[in-house]
Amino acid sequence: MIQEILIPASVIGSLGLLFGVGLAYASKKFEVKVDERVAAVREALPGANCGGCGQTGCDGFAEGVVAGTCPVNGCPVGGTELVERLSEILGVKVDMADIKVARVMCAGTYSNCLNKFEYSGIRDCTAAANLYGGPSACSYGCVGLGNCARACPFGAIVMENGLARVIESKCTACTKCVAACPKKIIKMVSNSKEYTVKCSSLDKGGLVRKNCSVGCIGCGKCSKVCPTGTITLHGTLAEIIPDGCTNCGECIKVCPTKSIQRNRCGYVVNVD
Amino acid sequence: MTELIIIVMGAILVENFVLAQFLGICPFLGVSKKLSTALGMSGAVVFVMTIASAVTWLVNKYLLVGLGLGYLQTIAFILVIAALVQFVEIVLKKLIPPLYRSLGIYLPLITTNCAVLGVALINVKRDYDLLKSVLYSMGAGLGFTLALVLFAGVRERIEQCDIPESLKGLPISLIAAALVSVAFFGFQGLFSN
Repeated sequence: MIQEILIPASVIGSLGLLFGVGLAYASKKFEVKVDERVAAVREALPGANCGGCGQTGCDGFAEGVVAGTCPVNGCPVGGTELVERLSEILGVKVDMADIKVARVMCAGTYSNCLNKFEYSGIRDCTAAANLYGGPSACSYGCVGLGNCARACPFGAIVMENGLARVIESKCTACTKCVAACPKKIIKMVSNSKEYTVKCSSLDKGGLVRKNCSVGCIGCGKCSKVCPTGTITLHGTLAEIIPDGCTNCGECIKVCPTKSIQRNRCGYVVNVD
Repeated sequence: MTELIIIVMGAILVENFVLAQFLGICPFLGVSKKLSTALGMSGAVVFVMTIASAVTWLVNKYLLVGLGLGYLQTIAFILVIAALVQFVEIVLKKLIPPLYRSLGIYLPLITTNCAVLGVALINVKRDYDLLKSVLYSMGAGLGFTLALVLFAGVRERIEQCDIPESLKGLPISLIAAALVSVAFFGFQGLFSN
């Protein structure tokens, strides 16, 4: 009688015990050494698992920082304090001025850029861009339906007159907008660089001029006037190479279409 | 040989675990939003199902049946599956880190996947031998993969569509799942026996 209870109970019990011991042994035997610094970095992080850094969570970011694939200042929540703490743990120096921000490489607002057709489909940039390259006459420019603004976890992107604008003081360089943009016109740049060519069009100058009043037509005036020679022309599109730029502002004075524009962020303020 | 092929194909198409037997619906709806996650989950399910069926078969044959404790199948199988998943996770982490990373969170989640328990119990009910059990389980896992991948494709298309406000999200997914399931009923009677 009592056996009928004891045997099944002991069978399941011993099975459980066997598995328990087996697992304990296996976890010792197959132990994976975790880098101490990963644990230390993980400890220092806010632990909100918000994904603002672009990683899957704080664990992923900690591993990335130690492995060198994530920037030390990549955590948007921790702020300056965290960067100092992390650089202490990792023994690296971080240049606080070199913080990246997202910039939209287009200035084609509704008033600047012509329309190819009236779009009345769902309010989604990817969907609109799949329809003959989007409603804008320029096939390279901002679609203006706000995928990036919706992707931004920090509310740092506003849509103004059909053009996305990044509020750089709120931008934490999580790069979610870069991934969300179907036109790939959002670029990460150092926030200390004030001047940007706000155009991504690779069309010929004449066509750009016809479609958009602020497009880069590739006239090359900026590259001639630049004292450090850091502006190069890719076909009909000027590019300012960040390394050489001294924020002198000569380029903006000669640009005939005003496609070179100035962004000022909280960190660097020039008095002119 | 023909019988083995029929077992595998039957498990994939005719007795598809998700679409014909309605087991494992939670991961079916939970991780079918994107094709990549669907593939990750399916890979983990095939892996665990195949191993679990072999181990549960051995436990059932030599421990439970031997001692006349057949009625303990459910609880014993859950124990075995849970321990096995843990063990596989530990071993993979050490020996095959890339596979471990690609399976990621889905591996521990499978512990509670009723399809894995279901396949072990069906194996016992049908008196399959070890080879047939393993093949049937592998077929069941592949069927799960097929269902998940098909449905992930359907859902990705649904995302791009203009859906009535009241049906957005889960309701339209459930309707789509029902339609896919109805389509799979076309496979009934594929093998007559």
